[in-house]
Amino acid sequence: MELTEEQIMLMDTASSFCREKSPVAVVREQINGSELYDAEMWQEIAELGWLAVAVPESYGGLDMGLSSVVPIVESMGRHLLGSPYLATTLAIRALVHSGSDEQKERWLPQLASGTIGAVGLTEQDGSWLLDQIESVGKIDGEQVTLAGTKCQVLDAEAADVLIVSALIDGQARLVLVTKAQLGEGRTRREIVIDETRRSYALDLDGVVVPAHQILERADFARLEYDALLLLSAEMSGGLSAVLHTIVEYLTTRKQFDHYIGAYQALKHPSVDVLLSEEAAKSHVYHAAATLAEGDEGATEVAVRMAKAQASEAFAYAGDRAVQFHGGFGFTYECDAQLYLRRAMWCQHQFGDERYQRQKLAPLLLD
Amino acid sequence: MPSAAELAEFEREVDAWFLENKPADPGFILPETFMEVGTDQQFEFLRDWQAKVYEAGYVGMAWPKEYGGGGVDQAYQDLATKAMATHRTPFLPNTIGLNWAGPLILHMGAEEDKQKYIQGILSAEDIWCQGFSEPDHGSDLGNAQCRAVKDGDEYVINGSKIWTSLGSYAKYMILLARTDPAADNKYAGLSFFLSPMTVPGVDPKPIKKLTGEYGFCQTYFNDARIPASSLLGEEGSGWQVAMITLTFERGATGGQAGGIASMDLNVNDVVELARRAKRNGAPAIEDPLIRDELVQLVIESQSNSLMSKRSKIPALASDWPNAVAMSGKLRGSELKRRMCQLAVSLQGANGARFVAADAIDGGMWQRSYFNAFSGTIGGGTSQIQKNILGERVLGLPK
Repeated sequence: MELTEEQIMLMDTASSFCREKSPVAVVREQINGSELYDAEMWQEIAELGWLAVAVPESYGGLDMGLSSVVPIVESMGRHLLGSPYLATTLAIRALVHSGSDEQKERWLPQLASGTIGAVGLTEQDGSWLLDQIESVGKIDGEQVTLAGTKCQVLDAEAADVLIVSALIDGQARLVLVTKAQLGEGRTRREIVIDETRRSYALDLDGVVVPAHQILERADFARLEYDALLLLSAEMSGGLSAVLHTIVEYLTTRKQFDHYIGAYQALKHPSVDVLLSEEAAKSHVYHAAATLAEGDEGATEVAVRMAKAQASEAFAYAGDRAVQFHGGFGFTYECDAQLYLRRAMWCQHQFGDERYQRQKLAPLLLD
Repeated sequence: MPSAAELAEFEREVDAWFLENKPADPGFILPETFMEVGTDQQFEFLRDWQAKVYEAGYVGMAWPKEYGGGGVDQAYQDLATKAMATHRTPFLPNTIGLNWAGPLILHMGAEEDKQKYIQGILSAEDIWCQGFSEPDHGSDLGNAQCRAVKDGDEYVINGSKIWTSLGSYAKYMILLARTDPAADNKYAGLSFFLSPMTVPGVDPKPIKKLTGEYGFCQTYFNDARIPASSLLGEEGSGWQVAMITLTFERGATGGQAGGIASMDLNVNDVVELARRAKRNGAPAIEDPLIRDELVQLVIESQSNSLMSKRSKIPALASDWPNAVAMSGKLRGSELKRRMCQLAVSLQGANGARFVAADAIDGGMWQRSYFNAFSGTIGGGTSQIQKNILGERVLGLPK
């Protein structure tokens, strides 16, 4: 576990950018607004090169690896910054792992420079098993015709390039679909627990794309590991923020003549939050370093541990943050709910802590 | 500094020695730390082991030769210590001597102190114990009330100290006692002594622990007369000396005598137990609920090791840079307690047994669970630790 000079610089830039662009008031405006995202800010993110970080150099990227995306996503998580960065990065990584050279050449340079991407992997049954799906693609000559509905597709409406999973000849594959190929009226906004997210159901019935847009490989495992790392990083940032929210209230709110932080019933669980946050952050940076080293077995263990630790810790912290704010915590106005909602959204993407532990058991015990 | 080749050669030598000389199973259950030595049989066994390691030259290697040490680079000692851990040898029982008293004497003792005490510490001929805590002042050392009154060339000691591990076997105690009850503040009235345990009026009484075993004493002082030369540092500087002593705990820079201080259990031992122990006829490790709990412990154990690594990287030190360093005892001791708890609870009906031949692993897990409370209680309870972390790290009000 170590950081390069470049990564430290990235961390500093990301931290001040997110702090400046995404104060809580802006987050709340965005929740209520109809804007998909702030186009000007997205342009700035592209200009900072953050979309190119995890793209190989030969395809217009900076080739710094996914581990360098971690401090960026962590800062975004800390400030609840709304943008299609996570969705686009996952689309990029799906192409990096599964695309042919031609597919990478065709799509990665534009995603690296600001074209918005998204991935559609989940379906209505809510399964986390990425290759057990019902959507299908039927090849007919040079074309493939898709059928089915993908759910919880993050930033699908804003995306110009979508990568969806479908069974083709009985095998789960990844298929790239452009906004134009998708056509009008294919996305339906979903209500999800984290209101800073823009989540959609994606109707694929009858969508036709050229067969060469089926990604060459179908490396669901590595896409999943990348997603687990990014979500854990986002939660690590959110955990720091919610802990500050707790401490701020415990040191300013008085009841029965005492600041409530003096009561051990609140002090001790706050320390539990602190230690679980410290643990989560440690797992995240260890997982980032392990992924960068390239050993797939060690990566799986590290990212699943990170996701399990971060999910459990963040959900607990959000839960306690609401409780510790008392009556105010029960209101929409209290910021504690923003973090609790974020925690629960992240927790249920790509497998909660129980699922991760179930997957870890044979790796660690047998 | 020795060369890499010299160290590699030494590593082979020391590895071979411990492989060859690691004592066979004595046929009775061994304690895990010096705080759990409960019988003469256990004590003699461990003292003989330390004497043997000292004779072979693998403890105190970096301590000065003129006082009985090896006079070589610390790197050699670190390799010898590592070999002890690798071969899971018994621990060296003179823990207070090796880790607290010895380094302290080398740091600030007079020449005659060094001549008198150091070799006996290393060979385990002179066992040391610690006299800081008192019955009424568990976590509040500064409030120690045990009295030391100067009378000619002696001090007269009255009062009592508690949790003196190895008290019945010790020849000396590092003693924190009050020389001036009228001092400006409670800390200024304390003095520090290298106090003999063998003079009349010193009476260590073994305390029976929740395990049913012995291991600690309450040491009573009734007009015990110790030489005035036992005073270490100035009269009234006892608190400062005690604080210096605490910095010599394991891992602190300098003064490392080496040798392992405990036979520590880790999560792999519990996993290994789960393969052997049965629940309803099948190995416990096949029970999905046990599996989940084991995985949780593996993750938590990994958390502790990763936290130490991350806290050394300034850019990743997080918003609370002291959180990791200040929570080590809390996290380690609580993890150990819960690990032992799971180890007992996965044993089926055999979980209800205690130390006896027909228990799984001789009842070691039940005993370890009970003894794990020494970690969550001693040195400031887990609850006090959480107060400290809440106040000093998070800045919550007292």
